[in-house]
Amino acid sequence: MTVDVDTPSRQPEKPAILQVQTITKTFDGVYAVDDVSLDIRKGEIFALLGGSGSGKSTLLRMIAGFEKPTSGRILLDGQDITDLPPYQRPVNMMFQSYALFPHMNVEQNIAFGLKQDGLSKSEIKARVEEMLNLVHMTQYARRKPHQLSGGQRQRVALARSLAKKPQMLLLDEPMGALDKKLRTQMQLELVNIIEDVGVTCLMVTHDQEEAMTMADRIGIMDHGEIVQTGSPKDIYESPNSRMTAEFIGSCNIFEGSIVTDEADHAVIESHLLDAPVRIGHGIATNLENPQVWVAVRPEKTMLQHSKPASNENWSSGVVDDIAYLGTHSVYYVRLPSGQVVQSTMVNSERHSHHPTWNDQVYVCWDESSPVVLNQ
Amino acid sequence: MSAFVQRLSGSLGRRTLIGIPFLWLLLFFLIPFAIVLKISFAEMQISIPPYSSVVEYADESLNIVLNLGNYLFLLDDDLYAAAYLSSIQIALNATLMALLLGYPMAYAMARAPAHMQTTLLLLILLPSWTSFLIRIYAWMGLLSNKGLINNALISLGVITDPIPMMNTNFAVYIGMVYAYLPFVILPIYANLIKHDQSLLEAAADLGCPPWKAFLTITLPLSKAGILAGFMLMFIPAVGEFVIPELLGGPDTLMIGKVLWQEFFNNRDWPVAASLAMVMLLLLIIPIMIFHRQQAKELEAA
Repeated sequence: MTVDVDTPSRQPEKPAILQVQTITKTFDGVYAVDDVSLDIRKGEIFALLGGSGSGKSTLLRMIAGFEKPTSGRILLDGQDITDLPPYQRPVNMMFQSYALFPHMNVEQNIAFGLKQDGLSKSEIKARVEEMLNLVHMTQYARRKPHQLSGGQRQRVALARSLAKKPQMLLLDEPMGALDKKLRTQMQLELVNIIEDVGVTCLMVTHDQEEAMTMADRIGIMDHGEIVQTGSPKDIYESPNSRMTAEFIGSCNIFEGSIVTDEADHAVIESHLLDAPVRIGHGIATNLENPQVWVAVRPEKTMLQHSKPASNENWSSGVVDDIAYLGTHSVYYVRLPSGQVVQSTMVNSERHSHHPTWNDQVYVCWDESSPVVLNQ
Repeated sequence: MSAFVQRLSGSLGRRTLIGIPFLWLLLFFLIPFAIVLKISFAEMQISIPPYSSVVEYADESLNIVLNLGNYLFLLDDDLYAAAYLSSIQIALNATLMALLLGYPMAYAMARAPAHMQTTLLLLILLPSWTSFLIRIYAWMGLLSNKGLINNALISLGVITDPIPMMNTNFAVYIGMVYAYLPFVILPIYANLIKHDQSLLEAAADLGCPPWKAFLTITLPLSKAGILAGFMLMFIPAVGEFVIPELLGGPDTLMIGKVLWQEFFNNRDWPVAASLAMVMLLLLIIPIMIFHRQQAKELEAA
């Protein structure tokens, strides 16, 4: 079912540097991470995306070594690190709270990890200087963490976790402590630095925008399991479950049953819509269980006053609510079946004749837009 | 109008609130301090009260006679310098011992599961619910030659003759560490409980084994707690009288005992007062250091 879209992947496929093999972690009998297997490729930025309690942080903490898996193995560059304590693992983490040592200045914070390796003073000095340059914090070298702003603290934390040239960088909710405006700026800055250094990066976040901006690949986690992995585009355009479709962005979902399933098209009838849904390709499901869900993204759901000429892919409705968001507006259209459908319209003209409250309208979409979901 | 009344009463309320502690300090610190200072400059007399007056008004002239003899006398006799030094030394040793004992206890408490901490805290405080004097007397029963410890050791056959513990400096140390331990544990515990555990995780993540993380992260960050515990014990321990009097021996020299003797045995109030003044000056220095440190911590926070 997954359509291979022409993903502008920043990374060609490379061998896995981190292999998580059937990892399970239970806390007092409750499964926090449930039989997860995951390969992270060398040099990529991988984001674990999920809500709170999805197990994403537990998985990250097991890779860092702060939690011991109940079962399963973790291999880093082919070497089994499952039983290594955190201080012997060649991975470094940037903490959500940054966890900068408050009694040490910026320089000492960055040098801390290098000192543990017993490097010579001149080596440490050179490396610290290099890291300060990398994150543009040279003039703040003597400041204590409490004298820095949130963005500056994050840079120091990043420099500290990169100083030891880890085989892998772990980021725990990297933007969690920043305000929204700074977040967007730091996301791109962080990606630039990580790509400059060329380190493999595993990040954990609950913010889909952050994951989509920063990551080459995303893994969606829910209830301790990885539900889907893929590029941001794969995950958005071809979700494989209702959970993914609803978690990433918003989605209009209609329950229905398959009536026709040919090689070049499929038709699904839904009691929620006035007309059947036609999809421009075969869906190759077993017809024994014709019960499916059809998902259409709001920006692919068009709104018009006139009745569509086609016999498929539309429904009538009444505008229930409009959310004006500046760049675009979201229309909430109530269908005769009672279901509310979202439709996004770009406000490309300053004074346009868009539908307004209580207008009788038609929602429709292209036959390439709907995605069929089995679960 | 009503706004004016409100503001007046508001500022009045605020002034009263601030005024009460000031009044308290004036009545119970500044005035007694002035009286003691005055006595320290007087001369001993056989009279009631047993000292001369410093300020006299006669024949239209106001005479202020400051007798520095008491202070010079303190310099004259080695006993006093020795008593001060010995007091400071005993207090210092006892405080360091209490820190060595108290820090691990505070650390264990701070690391204990949350539901246990209140119980542990209560256990630390529980002994101080009985009278201080009774608890020190109890140590006499434990430490004396026919006390619990010696009797037990003799009946077990470990020793044949009792170990002399009572009326030695050893007993004084035991008494002091025992009596002041809660004052050392509580500030350290209060400090350790605030520590961000992710700092230790960060240290481990950067390749630092746990024992080293304790030395480089936890210990330096608990400095303020250690200092507070030190001051809370050291300052009263220097002037301690009851413990050396009850548990100490004839050669336990502490300023509290000397002061007592000057006051009650020699009935020399002026010398006793000047002894107290010098002790106060000696203690003010560490108190000032403590306060400056605290101010610095507050600024940093």
